[in-house]
Amino acid sequence: MLIETTGIIETTGLTRVFTRRRRRVPAVADLTFTIEPGEFVGLLGPNGAGKSTTIKMLIGILRPSSGRVRVAGLEPSRQRTRLARHIGVVFGQRTTLWWDLPLRDSLALVRHLYGLDARAHARRLAELTGLLELEPFLRTPVRQLSLGQRMRGDLAAALLHEPPLLILDEPTIGLDVISKATVRGVLESLNTERGTTVLLTTHDLGDVERLCRRVLVIDHGRLGYDGDLDGLRGDDTMEAAVTRLFSTRPAHGEAPARDGQGPAL
Amino acid sequence: MGPVHAYLRLAGVWCRALLQYPVSLAMLTLAQTVGAALDVAAILIVFAHTTRIAGFTEPEVLFLYGTAATAFALADTLVGSLERIGAHIRSGWLDVMLTRPVSPLVQVAVDRFSPRRLGKLAPALAALLIGAAGLDVAWTPGLVAFTVLFVVSGTVIASSIWVVGAAFQFIAVDAAQASNAFTYGGKELTSYPMAIYPRDLVRFTTFVVPLAFVNWQPALYVLDRPDPLGLPEWLRHASPAVALATAAVAALCWRAGLRRYRSTGS
Repeated sequence: MLIETTGIIETTGLTRVFTRRRRRVPAVADLTFTIEPGEFVGLLGPNGAGKSTTIKMLIGILRPSSGRVRVAGLEPSRQRTRLARHIGVVFGQRTTLWWDLPLRDSLALVRHLYGLDARAHARRLAELTGLLELEPFLRTPVRQLSLGQRMRGDLAAALLHEPPLLILDEPTIGLDVISKATVRGVLESLNTERGTTVLLTTHDLGDVERLCRRVLVIDHGRLGYDGDLDGLRGDDTMEAAVTRLFSTRPAHGEAPARDGQGPAL
Repeated sequence: MGPVHAYLRLAGVWCRALLQYPVSLAMLTLAQTVGAALDVAAILIVFAHTTRIAGFTEPEVLFLYGTAATAFALADTLVGSLERIGAHIRSGWLDVMLTRPVSPLVQVAVDRFSPRRLGKLAPALAALLIGAAGLDVAWTPGLVAFTVLFVVSGTVIASSIWVVGAAFQFIAVDAAQASNAFTYGGKELTSYPMAIYPRDLVRFTTFVVPLAFVNWQPALYVLDRPDPLGLPEWLRHASPAVALATAAVAALCWRAGLRRYRSTGS
């Protein structure tokens, strides 16, 4: 049964199965949730829980094995290039910028990928340069940037086309305290001032407590919790709550994928 | 924004970026030119000792070499970056490309676009023109147009082979060398009259991997020579049709490959 809603992200029974040594291993199983425009949602779960697989299905890189997914009203795997104009994507573990080029040239390439006209681009770039404090390293080759500078550059690249939905996979991984604060500040202001919907995965509970009004916890590919922070926390500390949640979910038949083993952890 | 438009815009940014190091770009281009010029020199040296190769004269061999080398130099410039797709898959960069609203085929092909590959073009064109001038052929406008059309068709065929090779890397990520056998190998193969090769190899390059249509078949028409294998004469006019068919097959292979793509971990 399909229920019509207005969510910017809607999944129903979303499932992705990988075949590994002739065994069928579900990376994501029967995921159903809806994210409304303007929400700020954290997607949490241990390594190998299926967070990245879920995100790849949302942006159209991976085709679901079964179930339904709509993002900005589009079917991601079939309408990937159209969807790309509605979403900004940041992968914390890898840059979306060109290693050898100065940041400014990387952003020029991104501009042409989205077909943005020169004047709109200049205005937007000036705005992002102020917001993300890019000015000191706009002319520096990306390979020479610190991790924090690079992440700010990546955020600029994801925001150039002013997407209403931002999807970030571990955007604060490896960042120092100051860079984390900058990234969090930018995400927060985008969400509150512009109404940008944000979905991020993270292992940093500081991100969650500071930013996310709602969390989805997945473990072994299944949705374990969907609600606000207080409900997740209960009387525990955040750490204790998350630890409890991760350790009590039973495995469902298959051995859980371990780090670095699966094709899409 | 159409794919051609996107390609040109992105290539423009790469050229501007490379021009910030003009000496480096000039040296790299020169290296390519010298490399290709050595190929031409090899032909000239052979003809210092003999008057014919497999019955073909020096201008004829230069014409064959020049047409093939021009087509492959153009294809290499346009889509040569495709051979790095295996590395893009391994590094996860292809995932990044898939989040952008431009065909990943265009993005991979234009990635790190460099005019240095055009360095191969100068010796190729020189060989073509010197060969053409030395031929015992009346260069009517029609024949010139025929030659231009078959070099363009040859460029499309060579580019298509690059695309098929790239698509194959979705299945075998480390297959870059295997596809190079057909791309750079194809360039070497078509540089000499196919009459010097075993009949089965010529049949293979006529009917399976259509390298014979890059230059050999249409050049037989220009040179007004019988086919050593006795293949029908209409094949000499088939290059544009073969180019379209090859491009269509390449597009199907690319789609099939992309469909199999499963992304990398995390």
